Parts: sequence; C-alpha cells; structure tokens
Amino acid sequence: MAGMIEIEGVEKHYGGFRALGPVGASIAEGEFFSLLGPSGCGKTTLLRLIGGFDEPTRGTIAIGGAPMAGRPANLRPTNMVFQSYAIFPHLNVTENVAYGLKRLRLGGEEERRRVDEALVQVELAGLGSRMGNQLSGGQRQRVALARALVMRPKVLLLDEPLSALDKKLREQMQVELRHLQRQIGITFVLVTHDQYEALGMSDRIAVMFGGRIAQIATPKEIYQNPASREVADFLGGMNFLTARDIAANGSGFSADLPGIGGISGRLPAGSDPAAAGAAPVIGIRPERLRIVWEGETADRIIEGTVADRHYFGEVTNLVVDIEGQDAAVSVVETNDFGADDIPVGSSIRLTCDPDAFVFMPG
Amino acid sequence: MNAGDTAVRVTGAARAGGARSWLRTDAGQGWLTLSPPLLYAILLLVGPILVIIANSFWTQDYLTIDHTFTLKNYREALTEPIYRDLLARSLFVAVLVSLVTVILAYPVAWFVSFHGGKYKGIWLFVITVPFWSGYLLRILSWKVILGTNGVLNTALQYFSIITEPVQSLLYNTNAVIITLAHSWAAFALLPLFVSLEKVDRTLLEAAADLGDNALRRFVRITLPLTMPGIIAALMIVMIPTVGDYVTPKLVGGKDGVMIANAIQAQFGKAANWPLGAALAVSTMVVVGAVSGLMVLLLLGLKRLVR
Amino acid sequence: MTGRSIGRGILTGYVALYVAILYFPVLLLPVFSFNNSATPKFPLTGLTFKWYEGLAGNSAMHSAAWNSLLVGVCASLFSTVLGICAARAITRHKFAGKGAASGLIMAPLILPEIIIAISLLVVLLSIGMELSLLTVILGHLLICVPYSVTVLVSGFEGFDPSMEEASRDLGETVWGTLRRVTLPMLMPSIVSSMLVTFTISLDEFILAFFLTGTEPTLPVYIWGQLRFAAKLPNVLALGSILIALSLVMLTVAELVRRRAEARTATT
Repeated sequence: MAGMIEIEGVEKHYGGFRALGPVGASIAEGEFFSLLGPSGCGKTTLLRLIGGFDEPTRGTIAIGGAPMAGRPANLRPTNMVFQSYAIFPHLNVTENVAYGLKRLRLGGEEERRRVDEALVQVELAGLGSRMGNQLSGGQRQRVALARALVMRPKVLLLDEPLSALDKKLREQMQVELRHLQRQIGITFVLVTHDQYEALGMSDRIAVMFGGRIAQIATPKEIYQNPASREVADFLGGMNFLTARDIAANGSGFSADLPGIGGISGRLPAGSDPAAAGAAPVIGIRPERLRIVWEGETADRIIEGTVADRHYFGEVTNLVVDIEGQDAAVSVVETNDFGADDIPVGSSIRLTCDPDAFVFMPG
Repeated sequence: MNAGDTAVRVTGAARAGGARSWLRTDAGQGWLTLSPPLLYAILLLVGPILVIIANSFWTQDYLTIDHTFTLKNYREALTEPIYRDLLARSLFVAVLVSLVTVILAYPVAWFVSFHGGKYKGIWLFVITVPFWSGYLLRILSWKVILGTNGVLNTALQYFSIITEPVQSLLYNTNAVIITLAHSWAAFALLPLFVSLEKVDRTLLEAAADLGDNALRRFVRITLPLTMPGIIAALMIVMIPTVGDYVTPKLVGGKDGVMIANAIQAQFGKAANWPLGAALAVSTMVVVGAVSGLMVLLLLGLKRLVR
Repeated sequence: MTGRSIGRGILTGYVALYVAILYFPVLLLPVFSFNNSATPKFPLTGLTFKWYEGLAGNSAMHSAAWNSLLVGVCASLFSTVLGICAARAITRHKFAGKGAASGLIMAPLILPEIIIAISLLVVLLSIGMELSLLTVILGHLLICVPYSVTVLVSGFEGFDPSMEEASRDLGETVWGTLRRVTLPMLMPSIVSSMLVTFTISLDEFILAFFLTGTEPTLPVYIWGQLRFAAKLPNVLALGSILIALSLVMLTVAELVRRRAEARTATT
C-alpha cells in the first residue's frame, strides 16, 4: 500500500548549490514522522517542499496518492504550524482560527462550531476574543495548532514548533502533541533538531545530514542500531572503539577489541565490515557499560583508570582510560545515595553484555 | 507515437515553459515585483539623463538642435572664466556646507544615540521635521534674519553690541553657506545616527576595560566605526547642494551665484540646452570626482587612527 | 560637579541650541505673518489677522492650492504603490542585481534636483508633451518613491514573512493573502508613506518650477509673489499655513508609525 506521503528522488538546488537530496521516503497514514538533524541539514527545506512553499528542483512528492507538482500551498491537503507560529496580530484568536475556514463558506453556524471544537481540542476555550499579539508563547503555539487542525488536513506539518518554548513547557507540549496526534489520527511530520523530542514523540525518525537522509527507522532502532557514526553521535553519546579483527556472520558480526576482548553485535543493514579497513570502529552506548563494584563478579572484566568525572545530579559521567584503546570511554553511573564516589586516578572495573556493541560504518 | 516524437515534444514544452518557470523562481518573482518602480526610474531618470548627456555633445541654432557631435559646449563650459569660477565656487560652497553640517550634526546624533534613551524616536522626529516644511519659506526667513534691517542686526543693536547695522551678512557666499547648512542639517543627521546606533556598546566597554579614556574611546572606536555614516552624510549633503539655485538666488546676491543658476538660465531665458547640458554634466562629473577624493581621504585618515 | 557631568551639561546645552537654531527660521516667519507691519522686522507693531483674511479672496492662490492638492494626492498615491512593489522585492526576494536596481530607484534621493528637473524637461518637451500638472506629478513621483520605499521597507521588515505563508497554507490565494494579511499589516506604513510623500510634494519647488505649465503649484505661486514686496505679508501668511499643515501631517504619520511599531514589538 502506498503511504500518505511518497517522496521520490527529491532535490532542491539554490543557484548552483544543492541544499537537499536526492532524498526518498514513504510516510504512512496516521504516522508521527520526524525529520531530525542539525541546522542546515535540509530538514526544513524538505518540510517546505511537502507543504508547497517551494517546488523541488528534481523528483516528485505525492500526498494521499495525488502528485503535488505545481500545486501551491493553498491547494494542498497539508497545513503547517510555523516555527514563529505566524499568528496574525491584527486578528483575535477566533478570527485566526477561522482564517482558512472563511474561504470554505461553511456558514456562520458550522464555522463557529468547528472553531470552538478546535479551541477545545488545544485547551484554549474561552480565549477566543484575545488579540493575536496578547498571547503567551504557549498560547500562540496552541492557536497555531488549532488554526491548522481546523482545516482538517490529511497531513499536519510542524516546523520546530516547540523550540521557542522554555524547557518545562516544551516537555509538557511534547506529551500533549503526541496525545493529540493519536486522538485525531492524521499524519504528523515534525521538523526538529532536538533528539529527545524526536525519540519521545515519533513513530519513525528520518535522520538527516548535509541534505541527505542518513537513516529512517523507529526511535529504538535508530538509537540501538545507528546506521553510521554520524547518526550515532547525533543521538546521545556513543563510545567509539577500535577493533583488531572483525568478521561478519549473517546479520551480525564478531570482533576482538584490545583491552575488552571478543565481542559480538548486529550489523547495520547494508554495511560491510570487510570494507572498514585495518581499524574498524565499534560503538557502545555509555549506559551499557556497568561498573563492577568490589566483591561483585562478572563474566567479562574491563580494567581501566578514571581520568575525569562530571556530576549531573541523577547521574555521574565517568571518563575512563582503557588499556589498549586510544580514546577514553565515557560511562554513565546512576547516583544512588550512599554509594561511594570513585576518585579520579583510581582504577575501575567495568563490564558489559557481549552483544551491546554495534559496528559503525563510515 | 514513437519515442523520438515524444522526446521532441518534451524539449519543446520545456523551452516554452522556461520563461514561465523562471518567473516562478524567487529571482523571477523578485524582478517581476521590482519592475514597475524600476521601469519608472529607467524611463524617467536614466533615459532623460542619457538624453542630457547626448544633448551636451550637440549644438543649438535658435530653435533647432544640430545633432553633429561636438565638444564645443564642454570647451565653453570649462574654459569660459565665468563658468569656471561658478563651478569652483559651487564646489567650495558644497564641500564647506557638507563639512559644516556633518561636524555640527555629529554631536547631536551622538547625544540622541547614546543619551536619547526611550525618546530617541521623538528626538529624531523633532530634528527632522523642519527639513520637510517650507523650503522656500526657510530661505526667505534667512533673508529676513540676515538683512540690513534684519532680525540679527536689530538684535545686535538692541544689545548694543554694534551701533551700525552690519551690511556684509546678506547677499554673499556666507549667507548661502549658512542657509544651505541649515536646510540640510537633518539630512546629515540621519546617516550619522544610523551608524552610531550600529556601534556595539560592549566594544566601548571593552576599550574602557583595556584602559582607554572617553576621548581615546571616541577616536579609536566610535569614529572609525561611524566612518561609513560620516561619508554617507557628507555625500548626501554635498551632491544635492551643488544643484540648489534657489538659495543663491534669494540670499546670495551677485557674489553668491552658483553653477546651478547658470544651468537654470540655459534652460530658462538663455535657452541654450546643449550648453546647459554640458554645464550640468561637467558639474556632476566634477562633484563625483571630488566626492571620490573625499572618500579616499577619509578612509586614509581612518587607517591612521589605530 | 564631576568632569563627566560637566561634559554632559555642555553637550545637552549644545543640542538645545542646535534644535533652537533649527527651528528659529521656521517659526520666525509665522510670527511676522500676525504682525501689523508690512515689512518683516522687529519690533513688532501689533497683532493682526488681515494678511490671512487677504488670502481668502485670492482666486489665483486658491487655484494654486487646488493644483498642489491634486499633484500631492496623485504623487503620494502612485509613489506608495510603486514603493510597495520595490519594498516587497527588496525585503522578500533574493536575486542578483537587486542592489544595483534598488540603488537606481533610490538615486533621486541624492541627485541634485536641478539635474532631474532639466533632464525630465528636455525629454518631455522633445516627445511633444505639454507642460502641465501631469508633468509635475511625473517629476514628483520620481523624488517621492525613495521616501515611500524607505518607509515601506521598514513596514515589511516589521512583520514575519511566514504570516503570508500561513495564509497561503490555510488555503488563501495570492490576492486573498494580499487583501487579508499583507495590506492590513502594512496599513500603518502605507498611511505614513502617503502622508510623508504628500508633504514632500506640497513643499517641492525646483521640479515644479521647471515642469509646470500655466497652472502653478503653491510653492511656484509663492515664488512668483516674492517679486512684489507689497505681497510679502500675504506670502508669509500662506507659508505659515503650509508649515502648519506639514507639521500636522508629519506628526500624524509619525504617530501612525509608532503605533504600528508598538503593535509588532509585542508580537
């Protein structure tokens, strides 16, 4: 079955500069899909191409089975929540939300009903007569959402909708947005540079770098099996270790790491350890390395020395030198009250599951 | 339909759609939007100026224009002592007026920018308003102020500073300079203010932190950073000033006549368009050259202050 | 008193003097327009309104005023329309050659007016156009457009371009967006531009002097009257009315601009 949004071979050039592409993706109906990447990676460009604010230089975009080429924003079944919210300051909340409905000539009764419904949906009931420039950041975001949803789009596009809010409100809105999406069941496409936002809200994420999509997968898959070093580095911390031998076996691999020993793990799809050369890179997330305390035993013991420590409240981040590895690894230690601090310079024993490793192509 | 046929059709369509699809790009839209005012400026400014330049190479015989190329008008414009003197005096007046206006306006612009607080807008408004109202009346006013029985002489006599009216106030170059400097004050102030606003205040704090006193901070930081504004202010006063013929006519007397009066006369009662055109073009070229020299001089000065 | 506050005191005094000298010539003539004497000099001889009353029955002045009104309204209207085009292209589009093209549009701001005047005069006469109020309007448009552009560029910069995109996104057409979003948002700048350019046109003399035919505008009429010493008090009265009118219009323009700024500032 074709997806709600089908993107094929899309490129966007500005003058001689290729800002995007070629990229391809299929986004399903009712899916919460995120475009994640650093600034300048092309994620907003792609969103604007879907919304019809720009035309792709090459390639096609289809929404709901209909090709969108040459169709401007006002004729597309998409609506957008802008980064700046773009609330019309000369109109009040009701007029803002009713802005797009006016053209549909629904009649006063129906229009009012739909506006009220949308305002209730975003918890703004009762604020209808407030002017656009008298709203707080959170309220503006809700008006922008209501204004888009009232049009009953097939796809809602959100361009960094939470980046202007403070941390507390942002976290609250993440939960609300996800809840809203489940409730109304339409496709959401979210652009964000915040990995936690993408991981916490999305069904699937497309990670983008330099105008290309590096990986499209579920949050869990992306976090556990990043397709490249770039993806791994962008989403959370990753320790990069150098292996001596590496051998592929089916969808997995086995390798020998100096100072750690023989390990195994999964291969990202399409990667070939044989192509990695003399020093293949293996990754492991910091939280998958555990400290072996005095009196405890483990199947695998990694000996190291604490080089530095950073206290973060609920966790402490330890920087550990491992014999035989050039780069220090970082280890996340959950701070239990009463547990001893490990001073800088002391030796430490670590362990990990044998399959906690992932091969890092490129 | 065979494959070759399709290919031909596709390229044909692509070519036809080329212009239309260019109009849909940002650049196309930009040019399209800009075209009405741009065409207006080209038709009514660039075109006419080119015609004037062409005219300056022609000759006039009573009412008919002889279109043969000649440098005769330029020879006359640049060698006749009367025109040469007028041009020299006009340049002198324009340069002096621009320097006086900028020097007098700079402290005011500095005051508004640094101490204007939330009243900056009101200050700017108050200072620029006289510039917009009563062009002729303001010149006339200076005539009344500087005249033999004028306001200034009356006041000076009233306070017994002088016993006889000073005759040399009106109808000379000084009167022209005073009147022009007053007319263009607001125009000089705006670019100065804008450039002062752009000076990052933390740079001055950094200079103070590194041991500079107020004067040194001004000379080493504020002045070099506002140099673009100073240059803009000088140009924006000097260039239009050369073309003013009303001020010399009303307050300049015989000694205060400027080149614009001569140009005006050639398009008025003397009715020698080609000569007038040559005078106008020469004036613009010379003013352009003097402006260029001033810019180079100021940039050189700026490099000296380090 | 510290050296610093003495310095501040001197500067404040200087600024006060500067502003006083700036206004003195502008406000001096209105004083004489209420003076009983026929020559503008001190001491004043007595309050009178007769010079203003003398204007009431002056039909030549009335038709000049009518001409100025016509020219001013046309110039301000068209220059604002052209200004909207230019300001929009400058603020909302990126393209090579934009700097040169907009420089050309802004050039009349610093070109000597006499150059603009004679160039236009020669061309308009050569193509066989009669000098009339139309030719004055054409000239005034040229010098008014740069001011309109300046005012409107800040108007466009004062509102978020995604407002227009949001309108398109919500199904509105290009023209609908212009009517429902762009123009309402720009309205203060449009009003401000029209008032400022009307004031400029009303006050402009050099272009009008060259380009007018048999119908003078007010400044051209005043210029003609200056030859007659006996008419001076009436000219002063007329000039004072014009200055008052300009002040009112510029103040309204400024207030409109400020209110708009306050509105976008909270956004």
